[in-house]
Amino acid sequence: MPTKIEKDSVTGRETTGHEWDGLKELNTPLPKWWLYVFYACIAWAFGMFVLYPSIPYGTGYFKGLLGYSERRTVDADVARITAQRKGAMDRIAALDYPAIKADPALLAVAMTGGQAAFATNCQPCHGAGGGGRPGYPALAAGAWIWGGTLADLQQTITHGIRAADPDARQAAMPRFGADAMLKPDEIAAVTDYVWSKFYGHETTQDTSAGAKIFAENCVACHGEQGQGNRAVGAPRLASKVHVYGDTRDAILTQVTLPKQGVMPSWNTRLDPATIKAVTLYVHSLGGGE
Amino acid sequence: MSRISKLDRQVQLQQEADGQHLFANRVRVYPKSVHGPVRQAKWLILAACLAIYYALPWLRWHRGPGRPDQAVLLDIFNERFYFFDLELWPQDIWLLTGLLIVGAVSLFLVTSLAGRVWCGYTCPQTVWTDLFMWIERAIEGDRNERMQRDALPLNADTIWKKVLKHWAWVTIAFWTGGAWVMYFVDAPTVTIEFWTLQASTAVYAMTFLFTATTYLLAGWAREQVCTYMCPWPRFQSAMLDDQSFTVTYQSWRGEPRARGKAADGPGGGAGDCIDCGACVTACPTGIDIRDGIQLECINCGLCIDACNHVMERTHRPKYLIVWDTLARQAAKKQGRHEPIRLLRPRTVIYVSALVVGMAVMATALATRSRTELSVQRDRAPLFVKLPDGSTRNAYTIKIANKTPVPASFVLRLDGLPGSAIAEAEWATKPATELPLDAPADQVGTYRVLVTARATGSPPVTFALRDKATGKETTYVSSFISGN
Repeated sequence: MPTKIEKDSVTGRETTGHEWDGLKELNTPLPKWWLYVFYACIAWAFGMFVLYPSIPYGTGYFKGLLGYSERRTVDADVARITAQRKGAMDRIAALDYPAIKADPALLAVAMTGGQAAFATNCQPCHGAGGGGRPGYPALAAGAWIWGGTLADLQQTITHGIRAADPDARQAAMPRFGADAMLKPDEIAAVTDYVWSKFYGHETTQDTSAGAKIFAENCVACHGEQGQGNRAVGAPRLASKVHVYGDTRDAILTQVTLPKQGVMPSWNTRLDPATIKAVTLYVHSLGGGE
Repeated sequence: MSRISKLDRQVQLQQEADGQHLFANRVRVYPKSVHGPVRQAKWLILAACLAIYYALPWLRWHRGPGRPDQAVLLDIFNERFYFFDLELWPQDIWLLTGLLIVGAVSLFLVTSLAGRVWCGYTCPQTVWTDLFMWIERAIEGDRNERMQRDALPLNADTIWKKVLKHWAWVTIAFWTGGAWVMYFVDAPTVTIEFWTLQASTAVYAMTFLFTATTYLLAGWAREQVCTYMCPWPRFQSAMLDDQSFTVTYQSWRGEPRARGKAADGPGGGAGDCIDCGACVTACPTGIDIRDGIQLECINCGLCIDACNHVMERTHRPKYLIVWDTLARQAAKKQGRHEPIRLLRPRTVIYVSALVVGMAVMATALATRSRTELSVQRDRAPLFVKLPDGSTRNAYTIKIANKTPVPASFVLRLDGLPGSAIAEAEWATKPATELPLDAPADQVGTYRVLVTARATGSPPVTFALRDKATGKETTYVSSFISGN
């Protein structure tokens, strides 16, 4: 409010008492219709207050006369979308992979659904886009331990690895150090052998002792050339991509007290159509075979 | 809505001055009909604007089978805008920026040359208000009759005429709202759908919305829109200078104004203005042009016609109110002649900006590519290390094929020796070139994997060659090797 009522000499009108660089603002009354619109807005606001959830109190809130709830709207939306997708998801569950791929519209549904399910369920460990994390395989790299065909992927996703599911993939790397199967100097020797032969690091040391230990203990699963064996889930050693790290210490740890990563079986959480959709999505990330 | 007559204006102003009223009653404006060249021009422009607005959606334009045959169609549902032979995609939305710039600068230029002629002649608010006032006049009579009628208590004749007027207004408003919708959906189809109750909710809602706004804005709000709602009157003063043509009362000729007998004596020292108020009663915004240029003045010039009529009848020279500039008026006051100055820094700058803007727009439009390539690098993961030590990056490629036929392309990667491209979904064998087919009049989306042995993050260029024309489109991205 102006502290001093002042009249403009030219128009005889009152000013607001505000002055900017010598310019004074006239106190011009607003039109009545504007006032009525303003009142209407206030009345509207009260209407909204009464009809919709508004006043919070202690443990709850006033729910409004219409009983509107955002949560229920979301539930209804989800139900509607699920019903909409049902036809496509049923076909995905019924058809085999080549048939799904042959239908671009169906494939698009599968890829989008697969991506969404991947983001919710798989991404926390395997990373966005299947980029992987230490201890969790990079799905986009194609360094598969159990195989990268659509059938292999579906099997792994459905039943898991070292999971409680009776059909889960099982692999046990012996605990050569912890169970005293090898002495510490033998472990160091075989580590040096793997480090130079398969991990591609130059060494001047004599690795023949390590080679002998490798031949006696490791070849059965990992193969002479370190090529691994998917049938038993033995990782390929002659590779630049390793689940538990690319360092010498990582090899040492895996021989002494190996980490035995667990992948859950998803058949208890995802329906078969979603599993197939995720399979297609993972297969498309770049590692698919 | 409360109404008070013009006569109460003085009382109200006094109350306002006394600070008694924080909110002002609306002063009802009853514009009197005028005849003359300005009114003629205004009718012609009004007729032309309305004819274009109502008829344009019905103009057909052949574009080939399966494509819309409406000359002007803003097909939002299918993401295409059609203007005769021009077809715009959402990707061309930047052209709208150019259009807005050219439109704004044109408005600046016109205003600096001839004041608010846009407001007075072509603004939709003015055009529809003028049309609604014409209907009002035809039904309820001219200014005096309407004022009398509103001052008297309601009677059967008044009620009947008011009902008829509002019915006519609502009918016109409905056709206006309906025509608006026709710019967005096929006009004949939507007309049939509308009357057989098969049109979408959006069509009915939009028609209702634009019917309501037309009725309210042109019938009820009228000059209040210009005075209180429109931002243009607020900053028009920045475009005007003393060389701009505006509707001007020639005070040097008219003053001192005198009524009745005093005005008739030639030697009495009285000016040409006989203070009859014809200019005020003719004004659609209810102002007195003799007070000089004002925020409310829309520069329509109806007061010129009104005044000329009086000048003729009292055997005085016409054009006491005239289109003129402040500078020329100042000169005339001193008996000098001042030439019209169209060439001023302001107008030169506006014209240059307009020419540059239009040239850029025209060039952009003419050289607009029929094929557009955009490449988006995957950001999660940034790169993938492969078992053999090489690196792979994934890219999302979008090919906009703006032609009405399917097109075949070959994608190649430049700037990364030894690289290989493959399409992700299909697990294709990596190769140096990747064939891609884009469907007609659509955007094709492809996820492409690039594998290479590289160091650092070299820039790479995706080159897309049209198999049919051999034309190449390129897009620069980068490859992150992680090494």
